[in-house]
Amino acid sequence: MELSGAEILMKSLELEGVEVVFGYPGGAVIPIYDVLPKSRIKHYLVRHEQGAAHAADGYARSTGKVGVCMATSGPGATNLVTGITNAYMDSVPLVAITGQVASNLLGLDSFQEADITGITLPVTKHSYLVKKVDDLARVIKEAFYIAKSGRPGPVLIDLPKDVMNARTEFNPPDKVNLHSYKVFGKGNGGKISEAASALGAARKPMIFIGGGVISSGAGPELRALMEKTSIPVTSTLMGLGAVPGNHPRFLGMLGMHGTAAANYAVSECDVLLAVGARFDDRVTGGIAENFAANSTIIHVDIDPAEIGKIVQPKIPIVGDAKHVLAEILEQVQTPEIDAWLEQISAWRKEYPLRYESNGQLKPQFIIQQLFEIVGDKAVITTEVGQNQMWTAQFYQFSKARSMITSGGLGTMGFGLPAAVGAQVGNPNATVVDIAGDGSIQMNIQELGTIVQYHLPVKVLILNNSFLGMVRQWQELLYKENYSETPMVSNPDFVKLAEAYGIKGYRVTDPDQVRSTLAEAMAHPGPVIMDFIIPPEEKVFPFVPPGKPITEMLGR
Amino acid sequence: MLHTLTVLVDNHPGVLTRVSGLFSRRGYNIESLTVCQTDNPDVSRMTIVVDGDDWVIEQVTKQLHKLVVVHKISDITREAAVERELALIKVRVRAENRVEILQTTDIFRARVVDMGRNSLTVEATGDRDKIDALVKTLRPYGIVELARTGIVALVRAEAN
Repeated sequence: MELSGAEILMKSLELEGVEVVFGYPGGAVIPIYDVLPKSRIKHYLVRHEQGAAHAADGYARSTGKVGVCMATSGPGATNLVTGITNAYMDSVPLVAITGQVASNLLGLDSFQEADITGITLPVTKHSYLVKKVDDLARVIKEAFYIAKSGRPGPVLIDLPKDVMNARTEFNPPDKVNLHSYKVFGKGNGGKISEAASALGAARKPMIFIGGGVISSGAGPELRALMEKTSIPVTSTLMGLGAVPGNHPRFLGMLGMHGTAAANYAVSECDVLLAVGARFDDRVTGGIAENFAANSTIIHVDIDPAEIGKIVQPKIPIVGDAKHVLAEILEQVQTPEIDAWLEQISAWRKEYPLRYESNGQLKPQFIIQQLFEIVGDKAVITTEVGQNQMWTAQFYQFSKARSMITSGGLGTMGFGLPAAVGAQVGNPNATVVDIAGDGSIQMNIQELGTIVQYHLPVKVLILNNSFLGMVRQWQELLYKENYSETPMVSNPDFVKLAEAYGIKGYRVTDPDQVRSTLAEAMAHPGPVIMDFIIPPEEKVFPFVPPGKPITEMLGR
Repeated sequence: MLHTLTVLVDNHPGVLTRVSGLFSRRGYNIESLTVCQTDNPDVSRMTIVVDGDDWVIEQVTKQLHKLVVVHKISDITREAAVERELALIKVRVRAENRVEILQTTDIFRARVVDMGRNSLTVEATGDRDKIDALVKTLRPYGIVELARTGIVALVRAEAN
């Protein structure tokens, strides 16, 4: 049977198991929106295309499925770019579908024309400009395969309007035929044995995990390895949740705002097993030579290009974290590390994460209370800045895919649309966006989406009337020159909530925190909670940029 | 150090942009780049000469491998290979040095392919060193224009 390109698109998405698409219509995609109501796929109308990309991202991170977003040509497509880049930096499987002007108008600066495949070339895993409707079914099949296999990432499909309208026989391919695309699964057996012996012989071993552990679903293997060997674990921002936050061998996050115990332990360890982590400068302090300088580094990553990019590992292993950890687990001998564990306990005792409880309303306290109330039942999204770091430090994530945050790109405005996606993907979970007063305003229009689809997202604003993280740097590194960081005209967030028909709360007193959170979490619909916190409150420990991670302020 | 990479890629529009964009984005320097179709019309061969130490070349190779359009990469720098470049050199001539220039081109086994009143155009093929040497020799006469293709290369067949 002959179908139009638009119909082939929808049928192919259904065959890929797509249930939801986040998008926004426009001139060049009307043919798709014309056939959309006939499809089984549910479309969520966002209020800005950036929200569509982040929602698809939040959906993908929280469910492990491929997220799909859609936008029209030109400005619709360019509005996706931040969201696509965000997904690329954090290796999130995303398929972005953009409309394009008709083929005969391409390259003529036509109305709402933008070279979106060109623009997104550096921030996509792959991209397609579909010129012939006969290619479409194959392209979609390949796009999903590329997005989710190996190191996941975003794939863009640009569809000219005439291709959507052209008709052809729909013959969905049953398999992907990509000779040039290789996915690494199992690691090299010899290297794995070397790694297992190094860990077994170590006296001061550490495991350092990143987002790759979550995307490969390697949490159970990792926990088994921890149980068997007692080797302590630290995590990047992206790896939080892979190991229960309250596990006795889990030292919390490392790096710029990591715990002192994690930073000291990584700096002094003799064998470091890095899994699915890419030695980002926020982790190493930007001086890779100083990072874990006394250790034999074992680096496990599914992307060969990550091995040796920042640090030269003694034992490189290219492979899927889940496979590799399972094999290491099988071979490793339990090392003798009692003295090392004692040393680490001493650091933990001496330098716990802390804040001053002085009667003021402290953000750390709010996050601790939130964790006590919703605990491991919630999916947390964050914005970017202090709100994000306090969440990483004080919320004890205990499940993979429960911490949804913009790590690599650090995109303010990510949290609210990501919460939309997370709630759509996890209808029964409590989804909380932990936000700052600056970030929340970057995509606040998505409150409209939340209301339209009755998504019970809880927005928790840590409101210090400042761009807090920049303010913190200005205070500590730029002689208190608070240039352009006071948010002097913040809206009344409670009234704003009411304008959207959302329940709003304002909290100024620590005594109100518990009851407000409990009430808000029990409320069946969305809420906005405006917590007024002191602007002077800072995220500590803090490793100033360019310093080794042992040089922490406020540890 | 200069490395010569031969890269087999999909013969599709946009592939050159993907490859060259990767180089500029990651801060690698391309000395020369040639692209041509291979015997298989679906596949093109790129010959890329890139400047960098072993670490840079390893990174370049790994990043190139991540491009879905890239089939195969060989670093042939340290292999026995045939490398050739074509150059067209338009040299200024006067009556008194014409013979001298023609003798020079002969020595380099270059051919004169065009001749005007004040200039002649020399075509030369060879490895990079030979072309460099010819250019250097002709420069004192005055080079009006120069076009070099950048090198193409193939690994030598095994004897027997």
